[in-house]
Amino acid sequence: MGDFVMPSLGADMEFGTLLEWRVREGDTVHHGDIVAVVDTEKSTIEVEVFDDGVVTELLVEPGEEVPVGTALARIGPPSAEAPAEPVTAEAPGAAVAAEAPPEPVTAAPMTTTAAPATRPPRRRTPRKQAARPRRGAVGPVHVRASPLARRRAAEKGLDLGGLDGSGPGGAVVAADVDRAAGKAPAPRRGRRTTPARPAAPAPPAAGAPPGDGDRQDAMRRATGALMARSKREIPHYYLATTIDLATALSWLRDANDRRPVTGRLLPGALLLKATALAARQVPALNGFWDDGYLPSAAVHLGVAVSLRGGGLVAPAVHDADRLTLDELMAAVRDLVARARAGTLRSSEVTGATITVTNLGDQGVDEVHGVIHPPQVALVGFGKVAERPWASDGMLGVRPTVRATVAADHRASDGLVGARFLTVIDRLLHTPEDL
Amino acid sequence: MTTDETRTLLARLLRGVAPDVDLDAVDPAAPLQEAAELDSMDFLNLVTALYDQTGIEVPERDYPLIASVDGFVAYVTAAAGEKGTSAPGSPLADRSR
Repeated sequence: MGDFVMPSLGADMEFGTLLEWRVREGDTVHHGDIVAVVDTEKSTIEVEVFDDGVVTELLVEPGEEVPVGTALARIGPPSAEAPAEPVTAEAPGAAVAAEAPPEPVTAAPMTTTAAPATRPPRRRTPRKQAARPRRGAVGPVHVRASPLARRRAAEKGLDLGGLDGSGPGGAVVAADVDRAAGKAPAPRRGRRTTPARPAAPAPPAAGAPPGDGDRQDAMRRATGALMARSKREIPHYYLATTIDLATALSWLRDANDRRPVTGRLLPGALLLKATALAARQVPALNGFWDDGYLPSAAVHLGVAVSLRGGGLVAPAVHDADRLTLDELMAAVRDLVARARAGTLRSSEVTGATITVTNLGDQGVDEVHGVIHPPQVALVGFGKVAERPWASDGMLGVRPTVRATVAADHRASDGLVGARFLTVIDRLLHTPEDL
Repeated sequence: MTTDETRTLLARLLRGVAPDVDLDAVDPAAPLQEAAELDSMDFLNLVTALYDQTGIEVPERDYPLIASVDGFVAYVTAAAGEKGTSAPGSPLADRSR
């Protein structure tokens, strides 16, 4: 129990901007609940809480940028702050009434005893406003908007909730803010000009518009800083092998023939599952480096997702080794959609124990990746293509894929990395067991 | 469904999958996945959305036939004709396989 702090949502993150609270003072929270939305250089992240308890005090106001580690809210023990309970049930509109009730009083003693003197004094101010009805303060009224639009709106003092969104899914984009502010410049990029709103409800797709130049620059910088650190600190070694996928793909064809289109599997799902199982079998590649190697018992598989319009995120599929192929496929589909819509959760952007990048769709034969610190391995797959294949003294043509691993030499040696690739190869020969 | 209607349908489906792509700017004879920078997940989402909205289920072996805009329009227009649906609307009609 105690402070809910600005999390580090990536090894490269130093500051984060609190965009929105999803809870109010007095709310009961449980492990895994999304309590806040935070904007980093790379993306907008829904932040989960890891304790059960009651939110006793919100310390930071939406819009504030604070360093990683700054206390954002205080969370008291569950049920001990019982008086706060009734507040939970209140509609946002009724929250004005919450100004008076005993809740702030309950919170006060805790504040004085728990707060170390070093805390910046600024944090005290937001408390009063926390009880004020605020747009987007509680779940359902969340306004979909691009990060640039939020920034512009904040600069101009506009309420995002009052604007008509012309972006995907009705999201407010920068152009809407500009229009509302009275100046409507021509759209920044011809490609993005989806005239007015699509009539059909758009499925979750592209979040930050590609025209969002600031965001892309920031993302470029963040990725660059992290990769530079990786190459500076991690002694990479690289291995590659070619895997015969004839058995796997013929199994997949049959499997998909029996499935409705909504349940179809992609070859990538087989590759990911095999990688997750191999990571469990070869723990020297699955974990973190922090002044020494810390293997992870769980396999949280980072999946590199390129965002339309540029940029890269690698959110994690938790316990990927324990999911069935169908579950894994559904999880990845969901993750890709949310990565592109900008609604990833904190546990997803930080949890990966090993990452996979699949550049097969981009038509390259192989990819030698850069490890994502603090992880110790990055697995790469190129395109699945028919290639000449010698087997049993015969030359034939088989669909194959080039699998590579970049691994941290501090944590493992080439022999171990080789075993890892061999395990992936072997697993892909018995797809029915994946 | 006329070819024009199918094209409009494709534009709408594509907007859901890749909102930044302008169908008019895509060479109708070129591979759609390349021209619109769709990865295999995007393409599957497109095929799924087609099924959700029209009930037309494209088997994997027919993917090459819908790989371009022209191919997609021809295939879907023909499939809609066979199904006897003039417009999207009966998602469950062709479920049996």
